[in-house]
Parts: sequence; structure tokens; C-alpha cells
Amino acid sequence: MSVLSREKAASGAEAAPRAGLSEGKKQERRLGWLLCAPAAFVMVAVTAYPILYSIWLSLQRYDLKFPENREFIGLANYVTVLSNDYWWTAFGVTMLITVISVSVELVLGMGLALIMHRTIIGRGLVRTSALIPYGIVTVVAAFSWRYAWTPGTGYLANLFSPEGAPLTERASALAIIIFAEIWKTTPFMALLLMAGLALVPDDLLKAASMDGASWWQRFTKVMLPVMKPAILVALLFRTLDAFRIFDNIYVLSAGANETSSVSMIAYNNLMKGLNLGIGSTMSVLIFLTVAIIAFIFVKLFGTAAPGSSDDEGRR
Amino acid sequence: MADIVLDKVTKKYPDGTTAVHEIDLEIADGEFIILVGPSGCGKSTTLNMIAGLEDISSGELRIAGERVNDKAPKDRDIAMVFQSYALYPNMTVGENMAFPLKLAKLPKAEIDKKVAEAARVLELTEYLGRKPANLSGGQRQRVAMGRAIVRSPKAFLMDEPLSNLDAKLRVQMRTQVSRLQKQLNTTTVYVTHDQTEAMTLGDRVVVMRGGYIQQVGDPQTLYDNPVNLFVAGFIGSPSMNFLPATVEESVLRTPLGDLPLNDRLRRSLSGADAPRQLIVGIRPEHFEDAALIEEHQRAKGFEFTMPVDLVESMGSDKYVYFTVEGERAVSADLEDLTADAGGADLPPQDNLVTRLSAESRVRDGVDARVWMNLDKIHLFDPGNGHNITLNEGQDAGVATP
Amino acid sequence: MAAETTSAKVKWGLLDAIVVVFALIPVLWIVSLSFKTPGTLTDGNFIPREWTWDNYKLIFQTDQFVRALMNSIGIALISTVIAVVLGTMAAYAISRLDFPGKKALVGVSLLIAMFPQVSLVSPLFNIERNLGIFDTWLGLILPYITFALPLAIYTLSAFFKQIPWDLEKAAKMDGATQGEAFRKVIAPLAAPGVFTTAILVFIFCWNDFLFAISLTSTEQSRTVPVALSFFTGASQFEDPTGAISAAAVTITIPIILFVLFFQRRIVAGLTSGAVKG
Repeated sequence: MSVLSREKAASGAEAAPRAGLSEGKKQERRLGWLLCAPAAFVMVAVTAYPILYSIWLSLQRYDLKFPENREFIGLANYVTVLSNDYWWTAFGVTMLITVISVSVELVLGMGLALIMHRTIIGRGLVRTSALIPYGIVTVVAAFSWRYAWTPGTGYLANLFSPEGAPLTERASALAIIIFAEIWKTTPFMALLLMAGLALVPDDLLKAASMDGASWWQRFTKVMLPVMKPAILVALLFRTLDAFRIFDNIYVLSAGANETSSVSMIAYNNLMKGLNLGIGSTMSVLIFLTVAIIAFIFVKLFGTAAPGSSDDEGRR
Repeated sequence: MADIVLDKVTKKYPDGTTAVHEIDLEIADGEFIILVGPSGCGKSTTLNMIAGLEDISSGELRIAGERVNDKAPKDRDIAMVFQSYALYPNMTVGENMAFPLKLAKLPKAEIDKKVAEAARVLELTEYLGRKPANLSGGQRQRVAMGRAIVRSPKAFLMDEPLSNLDAKLRVQMRTQVSRLQKQLNTTTVYVTHDQTEAMTLGDRVVVMRGGYIQQVGDPQTLYDNPVNLFVAGFIGSPSMNFLPATVEESVLRTPLGDLPLNDRLRRSLSGADAPRQLIVGIRPEHFEDAALIEEHQRAKGFEFTMPVDLVESMGSDKYVYFTVEGERAVSADLEDLTADAGGADLPPQDNLVTRLSAESRVRDGVDARVWMNLDKIHLFDPGNGHNITLNEGQDAGVATP
Repeated sequence: MAAETTSAKVKWGLLDAIVVVFALIPVLWIVSLSFKTPGTLTDGNFIPREWTWDNYKLIFQTDQFVRALMNSIGIALISTVIAVVLGTMAAYAISRLDFPGKKALVGVSLLIAMFPQVSLVSPLFNIERNLGIFDTWLGLILPYITFALPLAIYTLSAFFKQIPWDLEKAAKMDGATQGEAFRKVIAPLAAPGVFTTAILVFIFCWNDFLFAISLTSTEQSRTVPVALSFFTGASQFEDPTGAISAAAVTITIPIILFVLFFQRRIVAGLTSGAVKG
């Protein structure tokens, strides 16, 4: 039996050279480049060039209200932003939202993934319902939450205090923003985790329970280790996604009472303040922060980016 | 229908590896030929080159006398059955079988007639409307066969067509494939890694290793007269036993004892370059319980006594295992064989496997007296693996490096 | 044993119910608001006491909303088609062909998937103004394609890797040309994956708010999410809650339809695209 399966695996290995025709090799390369060129061109043109351009803008005094004052000023914009309390408050708020929402989502998402994966009844119904928060337009969901908490209109407004207007107080507004964020993105987290769950072989769990592992032990000792790569990928994706939070804040609190995220204040500087120099500086700083977060995930936790082992399908 | 000729056909990959080295092979019209060997031996590459799915790096391939090196697969008029069956999941069984005929732009009525006929032969008539996903493994396999036979091609190519079936079904399908091939009398090239399939199916068997043909011949010839250690060990189940041996004055010293040299062995060893260190090969059925040997036979053999490890009773006969003390036979050929058999995963083999009559009364853990037939033993040169006991003039096929 | 399965069913049923309720409440709430009359809008009741279609009639009479809806549909559809076509080409190359630079392409798309969109807003704002495509469909389609491409490439590569490419060989042996093998055998198998990807990409484009609010300035190219945030009601003095809710429900309908009819595909697309590979 083992001989048989080994042979199967080996004949799979034979397939790799089989796929490549010696004379067709060059043609294959050319075709590959040709097919990828349009996608690569668009992606690079719309991201790489603007990001370089925005670095260039960030080194200038450039206020659209006073375009004649445009001038190269080196790193002065960075000094302005980094020594500004608004920036650091927004940075703190963004971090807070990111850390809390992603942690809660991880727990809830794991639960939801387990339910979607293992429920014995109504699997289709659960999965369909869970997809609704994922698919719904963020702004729509945000309006729903906003009206839910608006005094007079909403069914939740008086949940905690009869007189309160939760969206106008900093702490409760932040809590609602985080809650809305969690509602919207837990299903996405759960789907990523479910893909990891599917990788846990049933026999492994059966073996563990035969070996006397309790439910909790099976979860922590068998499932989590197998799922670790999927968990890390899900965390990375969601962390970076949460860090760019904008829509929910825009609708729920409009950034009032120090609830702005970095994306919010960058947008405000640009669109309301029309200050391209400062707006671009913030853009670059956000970009750097995201890069650092991604770097930490990849280097420290060893998150394997999906697609980095992209050729396994061929082997 | 046609003959297929491979003339110094070679497959070289751009990275420099050579998968197939100058293969010469003539496949007669209507012949059923098997390419067999361990994985990576080049058998599938050879088949793909015949199919036209891989380019031929050098050499010539002729089908029905015509050079087809540069022809696309569709212009070679040959059909292929894949290991995965490669059934089109979006088409029904009937549509799958009709697909090659549709591509050939046959009239609808003729397509229906041919599909119906093939379905009848393969007993698929009632499944014509089903999708492949709703068929069992055996049925899928038959659809794949059906798709190949409907168009009456010049030749069939089969790439391990039975290896995805379970053991019992595989045996049944084996006979069906064999019967079908006889019935259609179409040239067939069949690739497998399973030596049992190779032995039972083919008119001739081609044993390959590392891109070279080791031996070509009918199954019995390969079994009785293997040209080298590799073929000897690869063909036959359970495998041939191999023991290290040293040539002394008039005996062959082996872990089983000193074997007397009879005329046949003496002749083989008389060659000037015959080595002193040898490997003795003997098949399990050439042993017998000494108690069951008739007197006139006894003289042709050699007897030894050893404690029995294990007896497996098969009903018709008994497999009796012994542990051989001392060194093991060492040779590159044997290493290849153990590697192929998953040797790295198994404990070191110092087993001697014998196949004794069912009447034998040997028991586990008790000493047994065993007779071995000296007329049937083979002597191999450990250096190059060659069988030095092959009778000269015997047609045992070619042996390249 | 029977009792055990019944209790297990009850347990799972309860968990299922929690998920369903949790997922649906905000949607039902906004639906409820959209059907409330101006008088009952502020009663805080979860279910409307009086039902009315007026909010819907109102928004479909305003040019503001209809125009935005056209923009949303047009921009999302065009972006989806282009992103899926380009993504299919690239994904085919990635999953089927061997060529140098493949890893780099995968890496670049991964980077873009994680890119903070707001970082692009200021430069794109200025670039598009200079190119004259600010506040046009094209001005939104470009960034949408860019951010949809990584999603499309990942999902499609994952789907393409599952296609048994042996079939292509089989078709050739059956007498098909390269073109026929693709058209008759591979294309029908690839179609579901392409379709699923198109749904995911459409949802992504449909959803965007940041680009839409930053790169538009008039009704000419504003999409619904942005128009919503600018709604003031029929007159300055009217509370826009009912109208916003009705508009919000309207743009949620396609999402609900997708989810209802293609749940299986969307789940498969999201799980395979994101983690495998």
C-alpha cells in the first residue's frame, strides 16, 4: 500500500518536467509576460507612481488655497505632523481600534468559523447570513448603526443611559465604531479561519480524542497549531485593513470628539484643508506604518504570505 | 492500425537532464507492449513522446512508416487513456465518448452509432446520460477506454490506466483490457509501474530504468532469464532472493552454506573476467521442504537447515521466511530496487523468502530443512549487475548500460 | 444516541440562530427605517408602526440618487469587467506557465492588497486634476481596477490550480487544436471561477467610499455611498433619515441577491483565494 501511494506521489513529481516543452520554453516565457503585462502595468502605474509622487509632494509647502506659496521645504512637513497632537491622537485612536477590533474578531471569528464549518444543521443558512455583513456596503451598515444609536430614532440609543447621545461622547463613540467594525469584518476573518479549519484532518481530531484529549485540548493542541498559518494570514490582512479604517468613522462620528483615525485626518487635511503638502506627508507616514506592521508580521511571526509558495499547484 | 518505431529517441530537458536515452524499439502492428519500471525511469516520458504531448529532442518516431516527430497529437491518429481518466466533467458519458468524433466532424448519425457500439462493448449503455462525477471508479475507467476506442485509432496509448482502481477491480479490469485489445487487435503501448500488470497483460514487456531500456522480451523470458540484477529483482512477486557469494575452489560460499558448483555454474564462471565476488539470485519457488523432495531430485539441489521466522499459509502453498545471518548482497542495482520499493521506510531486509508446498509441515520458530534447486540459481556480477549465468545464444533481449 | 443527536441539533440550532440574528439585525433595522413614515421615524421602534413606500418614491424622483445609482452601477460593472479580464490573463500565466518575474508579480499584488488606500488619495487627487480625469468615471475606475486586481489574481489562481489540466492533453489526443481544447474543455471549467471572482470584485467596487468621496466633486460621477453622505432630504428642513435608509436598502439589494444565490461560490472564492497557494 505504501509502495503504491509513494509511486503516485512520485508520478506526480514527474509531471513537472512533462509540462514544459523544451522548444516551447521561450514561447512560454513570452506568453507569461504578455499575459501579465497589462495587470502589472495598471497596478504599478496606479500605485508606484503616485506613492513616489506623494513623497515628492510631502517635501513641499503646497496648499491649494495658496498655490503661489508652493516651495520645496525638505522634511519640514514631517516635523509639523509628527510634533502635532492631532496626528498622535488620531494615531492612538487608530491603533486602539485596530488592536481591539482585531483581537475581538479573532475570537468571534474563530467561533463563527467553527459554527460554519461544523454545524450539523442549517449550514447554508448560517453561511449565507454571515456573508451579509461581509458583502454589505460599509457606509450602509454604518448608517444603520448610526441611526440605531441616535437618540429619538434608534432602538439602542437609550440602552445604557436614558439621556445619553452615545455618538457624541468620545468613549462611547469609539466603542460603537469598534463594534460596527467588528460586525462588518468578523465574517471575513471567519472565512479565512474556516479555510484553515478545513486543513485540519478529521482523523487527526479522532486520533486526539482516542488519545484522551478533551475538547479544549483538541482545539489548542491539534487544531490551532495546524491552523497557525491561516490564523497569521487572517490577522495580517485584518490588521492592515483595520488600520485604514475610514468609512465607519466618517459616517458614525465624522471624527468629532477626537475619534478621527489617521485616514480621517489625512482625508480632512486634503479635502477640507486642501493642504496637499501636509496631506501627502500623512499619506507617506501611513504607508510607512503599514509597511512596518506587515514587516513585523512576516519577519517576527513568520506569516507566509499567500501565494509566496505559488508554484505548488504545478508540482 | 500501424506499427510504431522508435529510432534512437531521446528526451533532454532544457536544464540538462536527460529523461530518455536513445531508445530503440520496434512495436509490431497489433502488438500489446508494456513499458514498466520504477518512477522516473522515463516510461511516461516515452509514452508522451509517442503521443506528441512532449517534443522529441533527437531521434525519430515513425508510426505506420511515417515520420511523425513534428506532428501535433491530433494529427497522429492515436488515442490515449490517462491515469486520472481525464474525463471532461462538464460533459455526459455519451458526450465524452463523442467528443473526438465531433472534433473530427463526423456526421451525427455515425457518431451516435459509434458511441452506442462502444458503450455496448464496455457495458456503459445505461450510463450514457450521466456526468462523470456520478460514476464509480471502474465506470469512469471504462468511459476513458470508450473515448479511446470509438474512433478506431492507429494505436492506443495507456498511461497507468488502472492504478487509480482498488486492487480487486484492477484485476477485473486487467482481464477486460486484455480481452478488448485482442478483440480490436490495435497496437497498444501501456505504461505501468506494476510488474504484475506488465507480466499478465503484455505480448512483450520493456523494462526501463533511468531512461534506458534494460530488457525487452515476452514475460516468461524476463522472468526466467533476466539480463541483470535490476530486471531479476523487479520482475516477480515475491521478489527474487539475493545473497552475497564468494567463489572458492569448487564451491560457492554463501550465508546458506557452501553450494557445490555444477556444470552449468562452472561454465558460467569459466570466463576470464568472471569475478570472485558474486551475487546469487534464486526465486522463492525454487526452494522446497527437503522432506517432500524425491530422491532423484535431491542430487540436483543443495540442502540447509535454518530456524523458521514466519510461515504464511496461502492455501495453495506456503511462504516461509528465514533470517539470513551475515552480510547482505550489495550492488547499485539492488539499491535502486529497494529505493523503489520504499526501502528507506522498511527495516533492513535480510529475509530469505521461500515458497514451499502446502503439504510442508514447517512451523514458526522450529528448525526446517530446506532444499534449493541449483539448476535455477542465477549468478550476478555485483559490479555491473550482469547475469553471468545466461546461456549464450539465448535471446534475452538487449541490455544497454 | 437519538437523544444525544437531538440535543446536539438543539445546541447547534441555537448557535446558528445567534449568528443569523446578529448578522441580520442592522440590515432589518435599516429596512425598517426605510419603510417608516416621517411621523414614526423618531419613535425608536424596531418595527415600523406605519408602512410606506414614500421614501423610495422620493429618492427615485431625485436626480441626485438616480444619477448616483447609474454611476455606481456603471463604474462597478466596467471596473469588474476590466479587472476580471486582466486578472484572468495574469492568473492563467501564474498558475500555468513558468516564467521569470512570476514571484515578483505575486509579491506586487500582495503589497497592493495591503496598501493603505488613503496614501493614494492625495497624489491621485492631484494627478487626476492635472490629467483632467478628476470627477469622472475613469478617475474612479482606475483605482478600482488596481485594488481589485490582487483580489482577482489570487482568487482566479486558486481556481485555476484546481482545474485538471490533464484534460487539455486529453482533448489534444482526441483531436482538438489548442484553441478547441481551450474553448470546449477548459473554458467551461474555468467559467465558474471567473464568475465568482467577478462577484467578489463587483462587491469590492460597489463598496468603496474613500476613493469615491475623494476623487469626485459633483453628481456627475458620485457613487451611491457618497451621495448617501450628502443627502439632505427633499428640502433643507426635512430629515433625510428615511431617504438615506431607502437608498441604503436599494444598494444592498444586489448584495443580498449575490449572497442568496451564490453563497457557496463566494465562500469557496474567499477561502481558496485567501489562504491556499
